[in-house]
Amino acid sequence: MDRRNFLKSMGAAIAVCAAGLLRSGGVFAATWNSLAFTAKDTADAMKNAGYVGAAENKDIMIKVPDIAENGAVVPVEVTSNIPGTTSIAIFVDKNPNPMIADFEFMNGAEPFIATRVKMASTSIVRASVKAGGKIYTNSREVKVTIGGCGG
Amino acid sequence: MAEAMKMRATMQGDAVDVKVLIQHIMETGQRKDKKTGNLIPAHFINQVSAMLNGKMVLDMQWGVGISRNPFIGFRVKGAKAGDKIAVHAVDNLGTVFDGEVVVA
Repeated sequence: MDRRNFLKSMGAAIAVCAAGLLRSGGVFAATWNSLAFTAKDTADAMKNAGYVGAAENKDIMIKVPDIAENGAVVPVEVTSNIPGTTSIAIFVDKNPNPMIADFEFMNGAEPFIATRVKMASTSIVRASVKAGGKIYTNSREVKVTIGGCGG
Repeated sequence: MAEAMKMRATMQGDAVDVKVLIQHIMETGQRKDKKTGNLIPAHFINQVSAMLNGKMVLDMQWGVGISRNPFIGFRVKGAKAGDKIAVHAVDNLGTVFDGEVVVA
């Protein structure tokens, strides 16, 4: 390899590295968990997201409407009153991909999250929690009048 | 992308209450184009982080089930007026969204 080609390939290598850094965002703790998010049922999604062997626990408060007219926008609020809570994940059992999101709390963030989710149909909305090395879960049913995943 | 992210951070007791709204289509990749019958490619924000004065407080992974124009609300203890809350988001196509707000 002569000098010119060497420099060219080095340049290409540096560009590839830079692109990799940019894509990963640099600041995120982990890469996106595609296995969990593309899982077709909640059990599989929970397993892949590390929420295995969850015990039912009523100290996870889930605030959702009993009936959602529009499944495209269903407000969900989760508060964990379990001491030592480090993360909360939300699942909608009947969605094509049940895993909605995973939230990890640190440095003073309270174990609370409010968001809006899509629901394909009437379903169980589940919130699972990691606390003190253990896994807990709770659920609420939301009746959906018009599904939120159609065209 | 100046207006893509709207944020509000207000003190409530000893915690800051943060509300974030991001303009994004959150396309699932499971809908069909009515004219062509082809699937519309997925386009959604999948990684989001929030910082208080540069220190990460919330590390999030999102799927396609988060509603279009995503909203999140969260609270952080130990903050005070004048502190800075920043949110950094990236979608599956690599587009970056950044927002910052001063705690009121």
